[in-house]
Amino acid sequence: MQKEIRLSGSGGQGLILAGIILAAAAMKAGKNVVQTQSYGPEARGGASKAEVIISSEEIDYPKVVNPDIMLAMTQEACDKYVGDLKENGILILDSTYVKNVPNTKAKICSLPITQLAKNEVGKIIVANMVALGALIGHTEVVSFEKLEEAVMERIPMGTEKINKKALYLGYEAARKEL
Amino acid sequence: MKTVKRKLLQGNEACAEGALAAGVRFFAGYPITPSTEIAEIMAAKLPRLGGRFLQMEDEIAGMAAIIGASLAGTKSLTATSGPGFSLKQENFGYAIMTETPCVVVDVQRGGPSTGLPTSPSQGDVMQARWGTHGSHPVIALSPASVRETFDLTVKAVNFSEKFRLPVVLLLDEVIGHMREAIELPDYDEIEIIDRKKPQVPPEEYLPYKADEDGVPPMANFGDGYRFHVTGLTHDETGFPSNKPDVSAQLIKRLNDKIEKHKDEIIITEGYQLEDAEVVIFCYGCVARSAKRAVKEARESGKKVGLLRTATIWPFPAQVLQKSVKDAKYVLVPEMNEGQLLEEVERAIGCKLKVEGLNKINGELITPSEILEKIGEVI
Repeated sequence: MQKEIRLSGSGGQGLILAGIILAAAAMKAGKNVVQTQSYGPEARGGASKAEVIISSEEIDYPKVVNPDIMLAMTQEACDKYVGDLKENGILILDSTYVKNVPNTKAKICSLPITQLAKNEVGKIIVANMVALGALIGHTEVVSFEKLEEAVMERIPMGTEKINKKALYLGYEAARKEL
Repeated sequence: MKTVKRKLLQGNEACAEGALAAGVRFFAGYPITPSTEIAEIMAAKLPRLGGRFLQMEDEIAGMAAIIGASLAGTKSLTATSGPGFSLKQENFGYAIMTETPCVVVDVQRGGPSTGLPTSPSQGDVMQARWGTHGSHPVIALSPASVRETFDLTVKAVNFSEKFRLPVVLLLDEVIGHMREAIELPDYDEIEIIDRKKPQVPPEEYLPYKADEDGVPPMANFGDGYRFHVTGLTHDETGFPSNKPDVSAQLIKRLNDKIEKHKDEIIITEGYQLEDAEVVIFCYGCVARSAKRAVKEARESGKKVGLLRTATIWPFPAQVLQKSVKDAKYVLVPEMNEGQLLEEVERAIGCKLKVEGLNKINGELITPSEILEKIGEVI
């Protein structure tokens, strides 16, 4: 079984870190993983995407062609990549930025990800963690426990509390939508 | 004994780990995307291992510094990308001529010039071969996975020590930045090669007198073996000479020491080649796309095989000739305008149809692009 995931948005939203953490969580679950990214030379802004392939088999081609799961954190990324999604795929949207919900056969989970990070945690910077929590809550592609473990290993000391809170916030919000 | 643990590592991280495992204790360079992580990791880890990290004023100085460190007896490495590799070429030639072991990692990005800083390319294949002037030997290795990046970095250091020359490790942005869950070998079990030391007292030492294998023993600067190091053609004493026979002998020996050992330097991997009518020949990140293409082609009954080379230079002409002897068609997908394609044509001659599949837009060649091209012939 192979799951292909694309996390898309703009530079500075922490999507590459989110991709690394998701890959690390899947590795902890004993899976084969490949994580790649594509970004521009800018530190902030510009298109950015991270891709993760999780498989019980050897992974040859490392890029995602038709994702099973896609996260879109900007309207631009959503419009650009939604066409690649598998028909039975899952699209997770940050409704803070994605106002025009695309016409797609994929299942849509629309949540105000950045808004939740801002209002409930008080920091926009953890929007990527809210998004990861939501992605797991909706798809269970890895367990919440493995995800939390992977997050704790890759964040700066002293930020454990807000990251945990953000993860759980996204997870719960997505579970309610199911 | 260290316990083997699965780790999520980037190609660039695996490269730095491989360098440290091989005994590299000096890094000098000038950070450049997409190779910067290698410098970052070396800066963090080398001081703890008693090594040195130097951020130099530019790429040229980075190359000069690793040559100096190596002459003083320390295994040394630098990392760069195409624009920096261009700047390093003169000193690269100096390392060849002075037979100074060192490793240059080039994480290829789109070129020419500053090109596409964050996008992959395989545009430096010929620069690795002929970027510096003169008739000279070269070893260039190119991995296709994170684990292989570790292994080939160790090999690059070992080859440089054994044959006393600068070795190029050609990564690309895909392999350099890709993360995979891998297991690293026990560091105590890795084969490590150190340069030969002189067996004679300093007064009898001829620094450029080679042994049977074509490689002269190398004394560390500072160990009492005083010798002259020059980019000019030189005799066995190391002092310049422009005598025709001395010059010819030196250049022939420099080339022969690699040519005579190429069987141990050339590393290739065959996949589904036995009955293949179509052989895909490739290297680096494109091999990942090609492997998927072979699997899909086989599922639809097409006899397609893959020959991947991890050693680009010296070119594996004989392995290639053997692999294609029953084939009808050879496809060479590359992220450049056909740099190794011409080498393939030269090895095979006009016995069968050879074509390139070339992509230069900064995106990895896809399996479906390869399949489409194959579909045109079988």
